[in-house]
Amino acid sequence: MRRPDRMLKRLPYLLPLVIFAGLAVYLWDGLGKDPGRLPSALIDKPAPEFNLPPLEGRDPSQPLATDHLATGKPVLVNFFASWCGPCRVEHPILNAMAQEHGVTIHGINYKDRPEQARAFLRQLGDTYGRIGSDLDGRVGIEFGVYGIPETFVIDGQGRVRYRNPGPLDPETAEKIMALMETLE
Amino acid sequence: MTVETGHFALIVALILATVQATVPLWAARRGNHDLMILARHTAWGQLICVALAFCALIYAFARSDFSVAVVAMNSHSAKPFLYKLAATWGHHEGSLLLWILILVVFGALVATFGRGMPEPMRARVLAVQAMVAVGFLLFTLLTSNPFDRLDQLPLDGNSLNPLLQDPGLVFHPPLLYFGYVGLSTAFSFAVAALIEGRVTPDWARWTRPWVLIAWAGLTLGIALGSWWAYYELGWGGFWFWDPVENASFMPWLAATALLHCISVVAKRDSFKGWTLMLAILAFSLSLLGTFIVRSGLLTSVHAFATDPARGVFILALLGIAVGGAFLLFAIRAPSMEGGNGFAPVSREGALLLNNLLLATATATVLLGTMYPLVLEAVTGEKVSVGPPYFNATFVPLMLPMLAIMAVGPLLAWRQAKLLSALKQLWLAAIAAAALIAVSIWIGEAGVAGVIAMGLVAWLAIGTIYAWVRRWWGPGALRRLAGLPMEVHGMSLAHLGIAIVVAGITATSVWQSEAVRLMKTGDQVDMAGYSWTLDRVYDTLGPNYQAVRGEISIHNADGQKVAILYPERRFYPDSQQNTTEAAIHTNWMADLYGVLGEGSPRDGWAVRLYHNPLVPWMWIGSAIMALGGLVSASGRVRARRTRARAAEPANAAA
Repeated sequence: MRRPDRMLKRLPYLLPLVIFAGLAVYLWDGLGKDPGRLPSALIDKPAPEFNLPPLEGRDPSQPLATDHLATGKPVLVNFFASWCGPCRVEHPILNAMAQEHGVTIHGINYKDRPEQARAFLRQLGDTYGRIGSDLDGRVGIEFGVYGIPETFVIDGQGRVRYRNPGPLDPETAEKIMALMETLE
Repeated sequence: MTVETGHFALIVALILATVQATVPLWAARRGNHDLMILARHTAWGQLICVALAFCALIYAFARSDFSVAVVAMNSHSAKPFLYKLAATWGHHEGSLLLWILILVVFGALVATFGRGMPEPMRARVLAVQAMVAVGFLLFTLLTSNPFDRLDQLPLDGNSLNPLLQDPGLVFHPPLLYFGYVGLSTAFSFAVAALIEGRVTPDWARWTRPWVLIAWAGLTLGIALGSWWAYYELGWGGFWFWDPVENASFMPWLAATALLHCISVVAKRDSFKGWTLMLAILAFSLSLLGTFIVRSGLLTSVHAFATDPARGVFILALLGIAVGGAFLLFAIRAPSMEGGNGFAPVSREGALLLNNLLLATATATVLLGTMYPLVLEAVTGEKVSVGPPYFNATFVPLMLPMLAIMAVGPLLAWRQAKLLSALKQLWLAAIAAAALIAVSIWIGEAGVAGVIAMGLVAWLAIGTIYAWVRRWWGPGALRRLAGLPMEVHGMSLAHLGIAIVVAGITATSVWQSEAVRLMKTGDQVDMAGYSWTLDRVYDTLGPNYQAVRGEISIHNADGQKVAILYPERRFYPDSQQNTTEAAIHTNWMADLYGVLGEGSPRDGWAVRLYHNPLVPWMWIGSAIMALGGLVSASGRVRARRTRARAAEPANAAA
């Protein structure tokens, strides 16, 4: 009878190890996943519900909400912020897509200060359709952005079709535009 | 050349650490005194080598040597000199080197100041400390070498982020790291005790000062981070419960619990397993904090894979250090319990309750930080865990804690009478009732706010009473001088907490805010003051242009209280804007002004805040840290007097 008793006494001392092992397994699981290839949980699902006020200083009658994404025509949703270096890098590519290829790109200004976002756009050019101001990052969480910039392709019915984490490069931009053509 | 010297010094440090991690352990087992002493020398050798490497990196940054990859990535020739130096630890590789430097500093300090310890114990502690160093040196050399050269020399460096050009950011990481890494000593002492197979009250006395020093550093580091967020981000807030802040807060909570239960081991020889567990946990949370958040390796669990080599290494390191320690704990700790029993109402009982509350709070914060990631990994569902969650869970845990904190020091060890302790707190109760009444009279405080303010008075008066009671009466001065340092330290720290909580509560419930479009000459009345935007003009700084506002503040009698000069700066080199809040403090409240965008024609967007008692948070934190240091100093002194007392006995023998 003594032995099971002692085993029982030992049990609580195992607890920290067991909890840590669980956490480690979970982290290990995350390790193998490449954020670049990890598909969004939202793929082929409707874009999350949201309703954002426009970026301060832009047309106040132009908010950005889920309804503005399902227009029958595919659009891009781009998360950006003035504090984000890679956003500066990809911005000329977004401008080219909008100006030269007529792609509609809505911006979501993520956890940024409006006056800085405006300075960013003044400097690099503003070719966004609408810009929603996501001050507390809540919509970013809804979309499950891992870091910004991140760009989503939304089809005409308002469903998420593709997600690009990280800055766009010219090649990806070509691919995205090809995808958007097939969606039309 | 210096760069290669630095690299070489790191390799030598690794070799020394490897020796120190193995030989003294074997020597302690065999009782080989000469080889045990080796650990002291290698500890100093490591410090010299790592300090050399760190200086080499600082030199590379000071000279803007852009052939070094991390310098090219993280510095710029036009940076002010101080910020070039600060850039040394402003990135992953450099901060890792700083981490190691502090680790070996603590190793060398333990080697030198651990004189009271028996040699085998000191050898084992230093060996464990060296194991941690081996892991980190390997990680640095293999995956994050700060001394890597670039093949192609860039003309200038990459980074000139003006937001990071801030004195707060120069000192914040070193202080925070001091706290994080200081907890490595607690870890080393705990693992050494597990290897040795016993925990004694003496062990607790040797360990306690290190925990206190690390805890004081962590306290200051967190306060400094909060202060930086308060004045630099310009929102008038001070704590955002974001993962970076939580990562520093969790080790703090665990360390706080640890330094409370470690005194139970020292005084009463109980709580041993729990103490060892907390010592390991506190450092594990530090590791988690350093790696997962500060280095930016884990923005979500998946971002780990941005550099798989580093990710695998980090996990392996965490697995060996934390997993190994907890495994040892599971094997060895069950046989170590014992010690003295106690009644539910006693000093031990109060400390147990304190520990349960702190542990629950730690778990709550950990859950809130990790849960969104776990849930997302398991179900793909996204949730946001923000301030509402933390306010709803953390605050109710802390309120009873504040209530107990006043009572605990009045309770006797082993068995106490709750009623007689409470009777002694009549003055504190009156003070609490008075502050509650005042809070209700001011209004808008809400139930939690009113209770918190009452508890502030309860704790502050209760703490002062418990301290005064220890020496008041005949021969007061002599008794005051004879009081152990830990009593002074504890009283200071508890008083500091009361002051911090007063600051947090007051600014949370009574902050006034006005956001207006103001033209020059416009006036806003808020919080009993009238705020006038007198003028707005252009000015030039060393490497920026600025628009500066002049806001004069008059009180109700029409007397001028202060002029605020908030600025909006534009840095032409990096094409970035920053906002500099202007703060005038009278120690009871901050008058806080931010100048937004605008023009003379339309007016300027101005944000004004009246933040009551905010300075108390910084003062209170400093008092807490001071309390920790005072308490730590007392322990050292007590040991020395004991050692001295032992000498004549030896001589007689």
